[in-house]
Amino acid sequence: MTTWLIWGGVALLGAAGAWARFTLGAVVAARRPGPFPLGTFTVNLTGGFLLGALIGASLTGDALLLLGTGLLGAYTTFSTWMVEAQRLGEDGALRTMWLYLLGSMVVGLAATGAGWMLGEALR
Amino acid sequence: MADVGPLTAALKLGTMSMARVRHLAVLAGGALGALARAGLEEALPARPGGWPWATFAVNVAGALLLGWVTTRLTEMAAPARYARFLIGTGFCGALTTFSTLQVETLRLAKSGHVGVAASYAAASLAAGMAAAVLATIVARRRRYG
Repeated sequence: MTTWLIWGGVALLGAAGAWARFTLGAVVAARRPGPFPLGTFTVNLTGGFLLGALIGASLTGDALLLLGTGLLGAYTTFSTWMVEAQRLGEDGALRTMWLYLLGSMVVGLAATGAGWMLGEALR
Repeated sequence: MADVGPLTAALKLGTMSMARVRHLAVLAGGALGALARAGLEEALPARPGGWPWATFAVNVAGALLLGWVTTRLTEMAAPARYARFLIGTGFCGALTTFSTLQVETLRLAKSGHVGVAASYAAASLAAGMAAAVLATIVARRRRYG
């Protein structure tokens, strides 16, 4: 029973995370149009920061499964990042492609690390 | 009604606004993608210092599927108006994850497995890009097959 509630929660929070990504990504992309996929970039960095904070605060078990794996896992995306980068490369925008690929990774690790430290401090 | 999929007809989605159908598709796909990823993460938890296979697998598989879907549905077919949002934005977006990849990389590095952390980050980028490129090529070839 509890197990089914948890998995139902993962589905609901996964839906919410995907919807938040869709909505925020569209808002950012509309406000700052351009070849650099700023919508996905913003979503991934904020999601990395928040998951870092949850991990830093030592969240474990069902709470981490729901908020970390369910909500923030679905909010952030790897596949869109990859396909957007592939399309940039295909369009010949190689500098933007590399900036997007490596920038997301490096700035993402910094944001996640900052969130982690914040979580530890607030624990 | 060639551009209307079976789900559109069954749920009478035709009477809904385009925006509402897209939002519902993202919600449904997101729920399924998150369940699939969470199920695999629970079934195959990464050992401390070990390669995070579950995340790696869903990320590469999702990049492959999204590359195929994006190419087929934007360049070749007249898709049902919810399909790209259900499978692409919803399912593939939620099946794959950036935040877990980042946390796993940092956790490996913090626990002294800096080599595994760097390999994991680099291999995720390389395999993800290879998957997106390969899926696009295969999706375009099938047009002439």
